[in-house]
Amino acid sequence: MKNNTSGMTLIVKTITRLTVGLILIYGIYIILGSNMKTGGAFAGGIIVALSFIHLMLAFGKDAVIKKIDENKGLIFASIAALVFLFLAAMGSRLIPFAEVALAIVVGTGIFVVFLALIALIGERSK
Amino acid sequence: MELHLILIFMICAALVAVEMPDLISSVIALSSVGLGLCLAFLLLKAPNLAVTQLVVEILLVIVLIRATINRDLPLVKDGRWLFNTISTFLFIICFLAFAYFGLKELPVFGQPLMRVSSDYIANSYKDTGVANLVTAITMNFRSLDALAEMAVLFTAIIGVLAITRKAGRVNEK
Repeated sequence: MKNNTSGMTLIVKTITRLTVGLILIYGIYIILGSNMKTGGAFAGGIIVALSFIHLMLAFGKDAVIKKIDENKGLIFASIAALVFLFLAAMGSRLIPFAEVALAIVVGTGIFVVFLALIALIGERSK
Repeated sequence: MELHLILIFMICAALVAVEMPDLISSVIALSSVGLGLCLAFLLLKAPNLAVTQLVVEILLVIVLIRATINRDLPLVKDGRWLFNTISTFLFIICFLAFAYFGLKELPVFGQPLMRVSSDYIANSYKDTGVANLVTAITMNFRSLDALAEMAVLFTAIIGVLAITRKAGRVNEK
């Protein structure tokens, strides 16, 4: 993550570098702790997606697309959805795993939709 | 009492969001409606819903600001205001009438019927091994609901990607 010209200013980039990991860890905490305390797969998945969106708003689209692009995210979400279906067929007592699968579907799905919307807006404004 | 204050604040913020000519101010007023809803969930002792509501509101504000900034949307200000006003009042009267008959059937606020839920509260930890009651209900007792919900979400994602994909838009030209 170099300070190239795309994205926002140097101040935003520096603060993003400090905070984005904390947001990601908080999202994972919400997902994994959802069977013991307040939280849920949906909220945790969106927090994980928001950390990637945060990275993308600060550093520009190219910095994030190297890590995960639309096709990769869609494959990831599809595999997680199949895992959730398999766990649902297996029966109860596997709730934490089902939570993680649902969170992956929600997080990658929301992020992929955000990427598609950004690409659409960028193309319209040209 | 606090709940009524929050509801009045939400109505005022929604009116501001509708009437504001500037798009960014409108989005911020709309996000304050969501914040009020989150506070109402917290007051009604539903922290799971409050967390989800807050997170979805943040995502919504980011998407709306990113989508509406630097773009002028075609807004129709004049013409057909008589028809619009009359139809709006008709819909409001219709809604209030149905709400009057519907709310009479509901149990009183604060005194819920505990037919199914008392069984859930008593047996959920023993049956599922999950301490959080909401997770136990959504992922075990109503897991088919969660499965259908995930199917709807997945279909929506596939639909958005199919509409906005690059190959389809190149072929249009």
